[in-house]
Amino acid sequence: MESVCKVTDFSLGFVQDKKVYPAVNHVDFEIHAGEMVALIGESGCGKSVTALSLIGLQPETAVLSGSMNFGGEELLALKEAQWQDYRGNRISMIFQEPMTALNPLIKVGKQVLENVMLHQKVTKEEGRQQVLGILRQVGLPDVEQIYQSYPHQLSGGQRQRIMIAMAFVNNPDLLIADEPTTALDVTIQAQIMDLIKKMNRERGTAVLLISHDLGVIRHLCSRVYIMYAGHIVESGEVEHVLGNPVHPYTRGLVASIPSSRKKGEALYSIPGVVPPLYQRKTEGCPFCNRCFAAGKLCERITPAAYVHEGRRIFCHLTPEEIAALSVRMKADQEENEGKSPKTGGVQECRKG
Amino acid sequence: MPERLITLENVTKIYGGRKRTVKAVDHVTFDIYRGETLGLVGESGCGKSTTGNMLVHLLNADSGTIRFDGQEITAMSEREFKKLRSDIQMIFQDPYASLNPQKKIGWLLEEPLLIHHKEMSKEDRSRKVDEILRVVGLDESYRDRYPRQLSGGQRQRVCIALALIVNPAFVVADEPVSALDVSVQAQILNLMKKLQRDYHLTYLFISHDLGVVSYMADRIAVMYLGNIVEMGTEEQISRHARHPYTQALFSASADEEGRERIILDGDVPSPSNPPSGCPFHTRCFRCREKCLDQKPELCEMEPGWKIACHYPHEWEEGEDSPQRKAVEV
Repeated sequence: MESVCKVTDFSLGFVQDKKVYPAVNHVDFEIHAGEMVALIGESGCGKSVTALSLIGLQPETAVLSGSMNFGGEELLALKEAQWQDYRGNRISMIFQEPMTALNPLIKVGKQVLENVMLHQKVTKEEGRQQVLGILRQVGLPDVEQIYQSYPHQLSGGQRQRIMIAMAFVNNPDLLIADEPTTALDVTIQAQIMDLIKKMNRERGTAVLLISHDLGVIRHLCSRVYIMYAGHIVESGEVEHVLGNPVHPYTRGLVASIPSSRKKGEALYSIPGVVPPLYQRKTEGCPFCNRCFAAGKLCERITPAAYVHEGRRIFCHLTPEEIAALSVRMKADQEENEGKSPKTGGVQECRKG
Repeated sequence: MPERLITLENVTKIYGGRKRTVKAVDHVTFDIYRGETLGLVGESGCGKSTTGNMLVHLLNADSGTIRFDGQEITAMSEREFKKLRSDIQMIFQDPYASLNPQKKIGWLLEEPLLIHHKEMSKEDRSRKVDEILRVVGLDESYRDRYPRQLSGGQRQRVCIALALIVNPAFVVADEPVSALDVSVQAQILNLMKKLQRDYHLTYLFISHDLGVVSYMADRIAVMYLGNIVEMGTEEQISRHARHPYTQALFSASADEEGRERIILDGDVPSPSNPPSGCPFHTRCFRCREKCLDQKPELCEMEPGWKIACHYPHEWEEGEDSPQRKAVEV
């Protein structure tokens, strides 16, 4: 399959006091034309900053290395002026919070029009017609009136639709959606995700979806990358990776999602926390200090990927070895529970 | 029959002045039984937080009655309610915003004891603080830390400790895990379940995350525009919902593979100008003429399972099935 964007050996570090703190380490991923790919990870794992680098909006203190190949062009070599041809045109992005992403002082129609005029050689009237067309396509009612509205006059769902219109108006090859529905209500979330999928199907735009809603990802995406502390730890088909996770982190992540089915049993929780940026080690497996299967080797050497049933797994252990050790997950759980004393002093207080 | 701890009867809360009013909670009636977890779900602006705040007396109801353990609390003054405050506690959504950043954790935890247990000596208070820290999975060393030195999960543990240190019977948890990452979320949910078992707590668990609510709750109430539209056991609501709104909400939940997603049209109407008749009729895929002007009452369909819909049996008959509607989208 033809790939729209191929990222190889991408690393990103933040510089402070002449020291480099690595936030993303040697990440490889690929997005094929017309597909929807998900990137999953907890906050601080480097997923957002990776996405921002794809559109040249990474923070100024960041240093990048590796390669981001977009349609034969090297994105990391682009100068700011050259970015203009890509950003908002061939690559566009939808942000999490539509209220902060729109200018509150400019009518929304004009904001979408601005994007058209910057990238296409059309007259204002032609541009306007194009904007009205895309507003209709993203399911907004009464587009003439919406065109003349300010962001504050629209609901959260409508604002996110404007963002989607703005992202799609120049027919990009790649859309990056960074948690596009977290600020929205449940039923509106479903609408917006459905709309992104519809645009993806109709226009053949590849989508990189950053999300932590595994239900949405299972439903919409074909492949998924799991990120932890700046590393990709597992990747492959959504059904395989989320339905039958192999990597200890993915296992823990999937097991810790609460649902009706897990009622009555304690949820698995991965022991410990994601280490903050300044405490991360440069050698060893990024997950080894929280992993139920970690051994001596994991502390010293960063695991390379191996392929198992069509997916890539970054681990020293084989799937069979991990499965055999996964009984330890339960032991971890019990140990966690036992941490706090069974009878505390709360009752005493009432007596007093 | 389980014992009723909280009873709400026709509770209404109206915000606003003379010109424009918003009926945030509209004649809501339900019970919470001792020892159970009642989940309250709905979209923003549906009145779920207002309901929670009225139960802890942070807001006063405009009409209707709220009873806690047989006592009416609706009309109580702040001074009268003070006796009950230690029985009814709250855990808020944002652990960053609900802890005073200038005080150490030890000081924060001691304050409720100074107010509610004046008779305790300094040593007793100090012992108590250490104990509660251990109960929530922290240790004594946290006494001397400031909130900013803790992670989100640790802060939420402190918030839970703050609620529990006065030994409440009833805790309102308003979106307690929505600010946390999944792996931390699991720790907090496990902790809340364990504390419920150990201290026989009753929870009102407010959340918009249906997976979290289904996992935690024994019963679930679904709110829409200030009204309860459906209420029943967790299984009835999450698996066999009859109200079209509940069906749409739960159709998107993660673990139900194969279930068709129902995508509702349009936005939630503004609570200041709610639709006539059934509040849900503007977005309902089963809407009929009757729904436009007659508001359905919350009726008991089966013991313990209540629903506010004129046509709760339609779905079973296969007519206008949500599946068919979903295919069109």
